[in-house]
Amino acid sequence: MRRWLLPLLLVPALAWGQMVTRDGVTLTQPQETRAEAIGGQLRCLVCQNESIEASGATLAKQLRVIIRQHVVAGDSDKSIIDFMVQRYGIFVLLKPPVMPLTYLLYAMPGLALALGVLAFWLGRRTRVPPPAPLSAADRDRLEELLK
Amino acid sequence: MSPLRRRLLFGAPLAVAAAGGAGFYTILRRMQDNKYDPHALPSPLIGKRPPAFTLPGAAGFQGFSNTDLLAPPKPMLVNWFASWCVPCLQEAGMLSVLARTGTTIWGINFEDTGPNLATYLAQNGNPYARIAADASGLTAINWGVYGVPETYVIDKTGIVRWRYAGALTLDVVKSTLDPMLKHYA
Repeated sequence: MRRWLLPLLLVPALAWGQMVTRDGVTLTQPQETRAEAIGGQLRCLVCQNESIEASGATLAKQLRVIIRQHVVAGDSDKSIIDFMVQRYGIFVLLKPPVMPLTYLLYAMPGLALALGVLAFWLGRRTRVPPPAPLSAADRDRLEELLK
Repeated sequence: MSPLRRRLLFGAPLAVAAAGGAGFYTILRRMQDNKYDPHALPSPLIGKRPPAFTLPGAAGFQGFSNTDLLAPPKPMLVNWFASWCVPCLQEAGMLSVLARTGTTIWGINFEDTGPNLATYLAQNGNPYARIAADASGLTAINWGVYGVPETYVIDKTGIVRWRYAGALTLDVVKSTLDPMLKHYA
């Protein structure tokens, strides 16, 4: 058992040590994973509905290179995302931040629910009380009619 | 059900549909009049000076740096273009008209080569007073340029006032660019 313990413990180190090259930048696997996570949050401005990671546009490729260079340089996720927002505006963020411009967007589910509740409340019907039981005379007349 | 509630139940969806209809109508109308472009992106550079850069000249023209844009004598245009770009070709005529009528235009030649640029200018005329080359496209990224052509208006204090992505048309020039150049003159 002990013979296997040390090699087993070193298995993650193998993954760590593996270098990958993407778009001409060489970085470690964890760095590449981080870069992909950052690029996945950013919109490619040329195609507008793809992330920088997924897009085949030249600009997206250049931005992927920049992200990887910053990752290798040890910059934080936030500073890399800020770098992009500073240049391209909040439109590069695939998930819009909560800010005055997007309050309505984020309030929409709540507003829709409130509207639904209101419609439900307005549309509810008042229960009509059941009719009084027939008197003996009425019951006799009913019997007579149904005969 | 009270009459008020009945009226509300009937009227509310109608009001929502009417408001939606009015909204869509306005959007489509403004799109038709070239006053609204759903694809247009606001540039974060507006209200600021361009980021620091120094670019060499291209095709025998003088290049420039951000410090050359600090105080133009009158508002000017910086136009990003490339010889391989089809919409650039489409706006070449418009740029020539602007240059002839006294607007200063400086070009930044984007990811291009000198010989191709020289051929392009020979064929389509040259509206540019200076042309700088951004061969790597990295200065473009710092400007937030996401495609060519893009046109920026720089006022007399060196501040970016307007960015237009796409080929400049007579409509855009008349409705937006001309009034802007006058306003900042």
